[in-house]
Amino acid sequence: MLGQKAAFATAEASHDRGLRRRWRIGEKFIEGWIFLTGLLAIVVLLGIIALLLKEGLPAFLYTPPWEFFFGTKWYPVSEPPTFGIMPFFVSTLWVTLVATAISVPIGVACAAYLAEVAPDKAREAVKPVIEILAGIPSVVMGFIGLMLLSPLVQSAFNLNTGLCGLSAGIMLSLMSLPIIVSVSEDALRAVPDQFRQASYALGATRWETIIHVSIPAALSGITAAVMLGVGRAIGETMTVLMVAGGALAVPVSPTEPMMPMTAAIASGIGNAVRGGLQYQALFAIGLILFILTLSVNIVADRVLDRQKRKFAK
Amino acid sequence: MFSNLVRKWFILPVAVLMAAATALTGCTGNNGGGGDGLTGSFSIVGSNTVTPLSSVWAEEFMEVNPGVSIAVSGPGSGAGIAALINGTTDICQASRLIKQKEIDEAQANGVEPYEIQVATDALSVVVNPANPVSELTIAQLSAIYTNQITNWSEVGGNDAPIVALSRDTNSGTHVFFKEHVVQMAGLPTVDTTLEYGTKVLFLPSTKEGVDEVAKNPNAIFYPGLGYVTDKVKPLAIKKTVDTPGVLPNVATALDGSYPIARPLLYYTNSQPTGAIKDFIDYCLSVEGQAKVTEVGYVPLQ
Repeated sequence: MLGQKAAFATAEASHDRGLRRRWRIGEKFIEGWIFLTGLLAIVVLLGIIALLLKEGLPAFLYTPPWEFFFGTKWYPVSEPPTFGIMPFFVSTLWVTLVATAISVPIGVACAAYLAEVAPDKAREAVKPVIEILAGIPSVVMGFIGLMLLSPLVQSAFNLNTGLCGLSAGIMLSLMSLPIIVSVSEDALRAVPDQFRQASYALGATRWETIIHVSIPAALSGITAAVMLGVGRAIGETMTVLMVAGGALAVPVSPTEPMMPMTAAIASGIGNAVRGGLQYQALFAIGLILFILTLSVNIVADRVLDRQKRKFAK
Repeated sequence: MFSNLVRKWFILPVAVLMAAATALTGCTGNNGGGGDGLTGSFSIVGSNTVTPLSSVWAEEFMEVNPGVSIAVSGPGSGAGIAALINGTTDICQASRLIKQKEIDEAQANGVEPYEIQVATDALSVVVNPANPVSELTIAQLSAIYTNQITNWSEVGGNDAPIVALSRDTNSGTHVFFKEHVVQMAGLPTVDTTLEYGTKVLFLPSTKEGVDEVAKNPNAIFYPGLGYVTDKVKPLAIKKTVDTPGVLPNVATALDGSYPIARPLLYYTNSQPTGAIKDFIDYCLSVEGQAKVTEVGYVPLQ
């Protein structure tokens, strides 16, 4: 009897081993595949960085970095050409600032409503609508800005022209709003219900619970949402190209026409001869834009990390 | 369930592909007999201003020669010349002459630019119909576009700020206007150090500028004659203070009295051959030149 049991055990073990081996081959294959796809993403990223450096850095041989960053004159088709990107950099800051100032309060409040207040039916109706907003092509947003928004902004602020940073910022805020709402709502819904129950048990109202419990608990996710929104606003091209006005002065207020960095690249790259001075200068702007979004992401990562550690205690 | 899914997602695209393939072969079968056998495909890239004209020519030409396919796009003359230098287009359409620097770059790339004038354009200066100003001198335009004059009252209009609109640097119009109006080429006051002022708005397309002038009573813009609509008012241009103002139209551009006229050009890599040569011959023919007038430009004769 004992012998029988042992025999069974051996048979089972060998069957098990056969199964495991089969699995192991399949698993190795899938592991290898996933490794390759991961590697591909990194290779593409490194390739892009290498290309930006290779094409962009020579621009600094013609224009020293100091003059390139702080120069205020951009005449790429003149003889000799002058490259100074201060106007573009300040324009990008203005447009992003306007977009963030509008989209963050509205986006977070909307997410709080959807996650904390709205009945299930309302949420099921509203969320898809907001996500459709994310799917509108940027050129369509540009059209809307051009035809509807810019005359409104012009008359509301009594401006010379409605094609300005403010109009572009408002359109951009509409474009980053869905990202902010969607990601922050997910973050708020991930907050454990016990947190809210405990808050109500202590006699807090719904408003106090949202402000002092849910939003602080979800702050890491909300920060990530805001950073994604900011990233979208910095990198968006078509809408700002069409709506921001495209003046070359360093803008001192968002109501002036301006040309953000993305628009400067888009409006010049078609005209640039491969390897020429203007081509290199445009790639250098691309390089700076890349460093800018990279630092936004690194800052977001730091904030997320700190927030996580706070909650771990 | 799995096999169902596979069947559903596999069979549908295959069916669509097969249907498309059948349709395509059907088409070529039908067209094979017609036409004089001229085949080929080429692209025309460049000036936003020449695009409406090239599109009409390309459509007509493809109608007569179904075997030929022509792709027209208009990112700007500079972009077209860059495309010719980089070898990514067969014909470059341009609204300004190629620069010596660009010829050198082309030759370094093994491209020999060959120039053909296909029409003439009068560059109109337009304002909103509500604007009382009806004529300007070249010097006044230069002062407006360098931001030395910033109020319409300085040129006889209302007390309102001037919103000067321009095309971006991709455009041949940008460069032509800079040389011939901003820097006043050909006038005694010529000054090649002048540049567009920093308050000038650079727009990505000519149509956007015309639309903005139609909406904005203080705006001024310089579209090609083909883009002028009845929602904007063309100004009469005076070469100097003493000469009479001339409105842009076919007659004044042809007799040379309108001061801001320019050639519309095609550039190819050395002398054109095959389908491209036939196409350009058609453009320069009597029927081709009749289209020039229809589109709103000035024919060669």
